[in-house]
Amino acid sequence: MALLEVKDLRTSFKTEDGIVKAVDGVSFSVEKGQTLGIVGESGSGKSVTCLTIMGLNARRTTISSGEALWKGKDLIGAKPSQLRKIRGDEMSMIFQDPMTSLNPVHTIGKQLVEAVQLHRDVTVRVAKARALELLKAVGIPKAEARIDDYPHQFSGGMRQRVMIAMALINDPDLLIADEPTTALDVTTQAQILSLMKRLQDDFGSAIIMITHDLGVVAETADDVVVMYAAKVVEHAKVHDLFNRPQHPYTWGLMGSLPRLDADTDRLVQIPGQPPSLLRPPSGCRFHPRCPHVMGVCRTTEPLLEGVERDPSHLQACHLDQETKDREGTKLVEATMAEA
Amino acid sequence: MFRYLVRRILWAMFLFLVITFVTFVIFFMAPNDPARAMCGGDQASRQCLLTATEKLGLDKPVLVQYIKYLDRLVVHQDLGTSYATGQSINQKIKMAAPVTASLVFGGAVLWMIIGLSVGIYSALRPRSLIDRTAMVFVLIGVSAHPVWIGLIFSYFFGVRWHITPIADYANFFGAAPGSGDPGGPAQWAYHMILPWMTFAILFAALYVRMIRANVMETLNEDYVRTARAKGAPEQRILFAHVLRNALLPVVTMLGMDIGVALGGAIFTETVFQLPGLGRTIVVALGNDDLAIVEGVVVFATIAILFFNLIVDLMYAWIDPRIRLS
Repeated sequence: MALLEVKDLRTSFKTEDGIVKAVDGVSFSVEKGQTLGIVGESGSGKSVTCLTIMGLNARRTTISSGEALWKGKDLIGAKPSQLRKIRGDEMSMIFQDPMTSLNPVHTIGKQLVEAVQLHRDVTVRVAKARALELLKAVGIPKAEARIDDYPHQFSGGMRQRVMIAMALINDPDLLIADEPTTALDVTTQAQILSLMKRLQDDFGSAIIMITHDLGVVAETADDVVVMYAAKVVEHAKVHDLFNRPQHPYTWGLMGSLPRLDADTDRLVQIPGQPPSLLRPPSGCRFHPRCPHVMGVCRTTEPLLEGVERDPSHLQACHLDQETKDREGTKLVEATMAEA
Repeated sequence: MFRYLVRRILWAMFLFLVITFVTFVIFFMAPNDPARAMCGGDQASRQCLLTATEKLGLDKPVLVQYIKYLDRLVVHQDLGTSYATGQSINQKIKMAAPVTASLVFGGAVLWMIIGLSVGIYSALRPRSLIDRTAMVFVLIGVSAHPVWIGLIFSYFFGVRWHITPIADYANFFGAAPGSGDPGGPAQWAYHMILPWMTFAILFAALYVRMIRANVMETLNEDYVRTARAKGAPEQRILFAHVLRNALLPVVTMLGMDIGVALGGAIFTETVFQLPGLGRTIVVALGNDDLAIVEGVVVFATIAILFFNLIVDLMYAWIDPRIRLS
């Protein structure tokens, strides 16, 4: 049994302009100890998918349906009290902006101790010892002295380490990382990623890595889900995705990675804007921006199907297999030429 | 922390000098003649006026007068004597200040109780019936004048329903012997009910609105989401994570508003005939007795500076970002 199995997950927000379908029929599963990458532009629904699984959307304005089976038990219809027991214990989350994700009026020690005591019936002394252990594990220098410091006394990278320590403190089975490196500078990004990888080995947690950065996915993920406008457009093993990308949107993402060799002034970009989820485009949602658009794309929505030679590689595109292989290979070769 | 403290205290001292000087100059420039007030107004004799002018030092330059005044104030802690009656102003303030303090602090407690309970509830249940009702109450509280509210309260609670007294003050520590006044804590609170309600209503309204906005904003902070992601129950999130942050600005506001409220106390004291500082000023103005007005203003200034200093220190205590920077 998969650790987490998401089936046809849908999340809508009630807004003043109407109902926004932020997640529209997403399915995937996460195995024990594995890493799933979810890639997509801002607003593609990748964060909302995970917030829905955690039950962290605002209750008043959110409608969710579908299933998220956590060790076989559905989370979507679960009572808030049941979700609360799982959150922070079996399943935890770190967020994009470490500068605002820690409470400014409590010491980090207090916030870590709180995380332990919410789920374990232990004394402050024991909880603090555990907190110290985790701060050392995430590489906070002089952890004994810094445990009583306040968040504003730490840099962004150090705060993200504290967030990771807090997320791992109860030894969770799944860690959801929502763009954990986006707000950090590049050298810090690399440190945080390698830290997460090392800790994954030590703690044996599965990870869902939400990112818009294909580089992060290539470095960390086993499986990749590519999301566009609230839907999954491609889902494959990381190796397959980077070697045989099937969907024009994935090509666009890969093509827009900066190249050191290419002799161009501008970065390649996908033309146009992500569509409004209030009134998504008809047919394939990517068609207004797709360079390979055909008549059928405007009217019929493509299904997420396995590729003939590899049923585990899912993609949703009307193009014939020959074109996909040709375009995909062309892109991969161009990218490889650089390496 | 120590440097912060020193800076705040020096700042308070500087403000004290500026404010006393400005009040002094304003009262000196005002079209009045203290000597005439001292000699009984319009029927003053020439001889009396001359003696009084010399005695008060009114023939000296302004600066000399100010320095003499400051010397009296700082070195002897003496606010002077009434022009009209020759009473010590210190004595008068000693009588009146507890009344105003009762009104202001009792009122502040009342408005904070209303502000916190209604404000927090409204933030947690926006657009609920209580939230909407509270917003109507806020509108009335902000728009209506305290004198009008005071009169309406007196009419209904006092005159129509005979629930509360509508005037006079009862001493908290028991009545002066032989005065015939009621005294003691119960009588004190009983006499203060209407003044407190009148006094608190404007600020309660403002605070409901401010606390509601602050709490709603804080509920959307990332660290509140972090607390939820940790599995903290809603109640714990509210008390340990939301309120501590949402109420930081309220503490500052409270310190400033207690000062502002001293001004508002004039209306309430007049309506309910409380012998407080506000009423003292109103009576003194009627007698052209600017020495008293000035004394009360200086005293109020010192009180406000003192409270702001306390608030600054409290703020440093609850907000580590200030304490440690």
